[in-house]
Amino acid sequence: MAVITPKDLRNAAGVALWFMFLTFPLLVVKINTVARTVEWRWQNLLWVGVAGFVASLVSRLFAARKLARQERIRQGLERQLPAAGRRLLGHPRLRLAAEVVLALFLLAFPTLFSTYQVNILTTALMYVVLGLGLNIVVGLAGLLDLGYVAFYAVGAYTYALLNLHFGLGFWTVLPIGGLLGALFGILLGFPVLRLRGDYLAIVTLGFGEIIRLVLENWSDFSRGPSGIANIPRPGLFGLDLTLDAAIVYLYFLTLAMVLFTVFVVNRLQHSRIGRAWIALREDEIACQAMGIDKTRTKLAAFALGATWAGMAGVFFAAKTTFVNPASFTFLESAIILCIVVLGGMGSIVGVIVAALILILLPEYLRAFADYRMLVFGAVLVAMMVFRPQGLVTGVRRTYTPGR
Amino acid sequence: MAILTHPVVPLLEVSGLTMDFGGIRALDHLDLRVRHGEIVALIGPNGAGKTTFFNCLTGIYTPTGGDLVLTPPGREPRRLNGLKPNRITEQGLARTFQNIRLFKSMTVLENVMIGRHCRTRTGILGAVCRGPRTRREEQEIVGTSLALLERTGLADQADEVAASLPYGAQRRLEIARALATEPLLLLLDEPAAGMNPQETAELIELIIAIRADGLSILLIEHDMRLVMRLSDHIFVMDYGRRIAEGTPAEVRRDPAVIRAYLGEETHDA
Repeated sequence: MAVITPKDLRNAAGVALWFMFLTFPLLVVKINTVARTVEWRWQNLLWVGVAGFVASLVSRLFAARKLARQERIRQGLERQLPAAGRRLLGHPRLRLAAEVVLALFLLAFPTLFSTYQVNILTTALMYVVLGLGLNIVVGLAGLLDLGYVAFYAVGAYTYALLNLHFGLGFWTVLPIGGLLGALFGILLGFPVLRLRGDYLAIVTLGFGEIIRLVLENWSDFSRGPSGIANIPRPGLFGLDLTLDAAIVYLYFLTLAMVLFTVFVVNRLQHSRIGRAWIALREDEIACQAMGIDKTRTKLAAFALGATWAGMAGVFFAAKTTFVNPASFTFLESAIILCIVVLGGMGSIVGVIVAALILILLPEYLRAFADYRMLVFGAVLVAMMVFRPQGLVTGVRRTYTPGR
Repeated sequence: MAILTHPVVPLLEVSGLTMDFGGIRALDHLDLRVRHGEIVALIGPNGAGKTTFFNCLTGIYTPTGGDLVLTPPGREPRRLNGLKPNRITEQGLARTFQNIRLFKSMTVLENVMIGRHCRTRTGILGAVCRGPRTRREEQEIVGTSLALLERTGLADQADEVAASLPYGAQRRLEIARALATEPLLLLLDEPAAGMNPQETAELIELIIAIRADGLSILLIEHDMRLVMRLSDHIFVMDYGRRIAEGTPAEVRRDPAVIRAYLGEETHDA
């Protein structure tokens, strides 16, 4: 069994010191701008030191145990078991039960919790849609898109402008938003067909900024930085809803949208075109040599990914009833990309879990006010160190039931 | 029997193929042909331009000059120059790669299923709705792919991830994947490289079985035992040029080939 050696202790102490040094400016020094004094909070440093020391020791113990286990598996003394979560989900009855409980919880959510909580969850669900959409582009087709928020903006402004000028309602604009998103996806797709990896990332990043800057500066068209206000919430057969009811109604609509997205993405993923995307991600040359049209496959990925962003944009405009370019900065793209990477490239469940964590965590970390972004960053770093493949690794589907 | 019905026109006719990379001429007016049902080998020392030739043939490079013409049985000849790789695959050329290029994170079966892509039609809408036609097509894809795995002896590993296969099996999987595109001509780039004698023997059997199905095969190979044993016709290249051609027996005796492989000799050894 693994035992703590003096070397482990020394290493843990080193890690603790390093973390104390790293967090020193944020956690210890606090400048009170009003009183013009500097507060030194040394007790925080102590906590970081102790926590770093313990966490490092624990992780070392786990690593040693894992190594020992792998050694035993290699020697054939123990069998490799699938992860606990997968074993549970593999059990059909348990899985069904979990799904029913989850569905009931989501349905009852608005009655159980306050409007504020419903609002937050609606936002998180919208990011689920965005994450699943970007997952097509980045996770499946392997095209690193850093300007995804541009399509989100296209959708939001589609609703805002069409409503402003022509009085079109939510339900009319939703498909239009999706279509316009797809159109812009293809527009972006064409010039970047030959690009891959870093170069593609740079161009898409630029594209995202172009859309935002156009919206910011072309005042005649988009009303510039002041944005467009008084966008109506979705209607329900012409009924007048109170604000609370409207929020709950939008929550259910977003939930339906998530289900629809999951349904479509799941089907796409396990189809001829989904396989072509994955093949494109794995090896572009082999993919072409196998008769897959690279151009069409890439454009389809861009267009479909952008469709979801466009529709999510319409939802966003309807939810906040106000759009301005500041909502569509690069940070948004980065968060959506984080959702995909954190969740595990190409995994639907992973993306959903990651979206909920990444959007809900900062909300509920508000209690820690100053440090919430610090914790957020630490969680991301820890993820990349300990589980670089993401929360949920995509399971390859098997087609041989009789085997 | 395809040879009898098409006595004159070869399946693949390459004439004057030239490929320049800047100032370097990698292929210099190369002529080559593959008749229906033939196994043709392309040999030559390292750097002779064999893989460059494959890359021109499959559309990865666009040749600087010359002609590539494919004549499917009973159909019009088609010029392949300048077509995109996927169009060339649709025309009936499928290849394997010298440095194995499988879709590593996909399962063995899925790798072969990718090969069916160009022979199936389901689009985005079909995939989302998954109507009876799509389901039939999916069944056909899985069925055909499983049959190909059966043939290449990989059926037991169908659900394993491709990267986990042993080397020889990965090479066979590349062949299965290429066969899934229903080619007329199978291009094998060093199929026996890195294989042990047992695996090579299995590979020879597989290639003979594939030819028996009426496919023509063009292969690049360094394993002379395999080349001499399998080929109907051999082309020898050096410095981007064809230096010899003929039956295995003829090529073996050809002084130019001996020179290219063993170096210049001043007197008989």
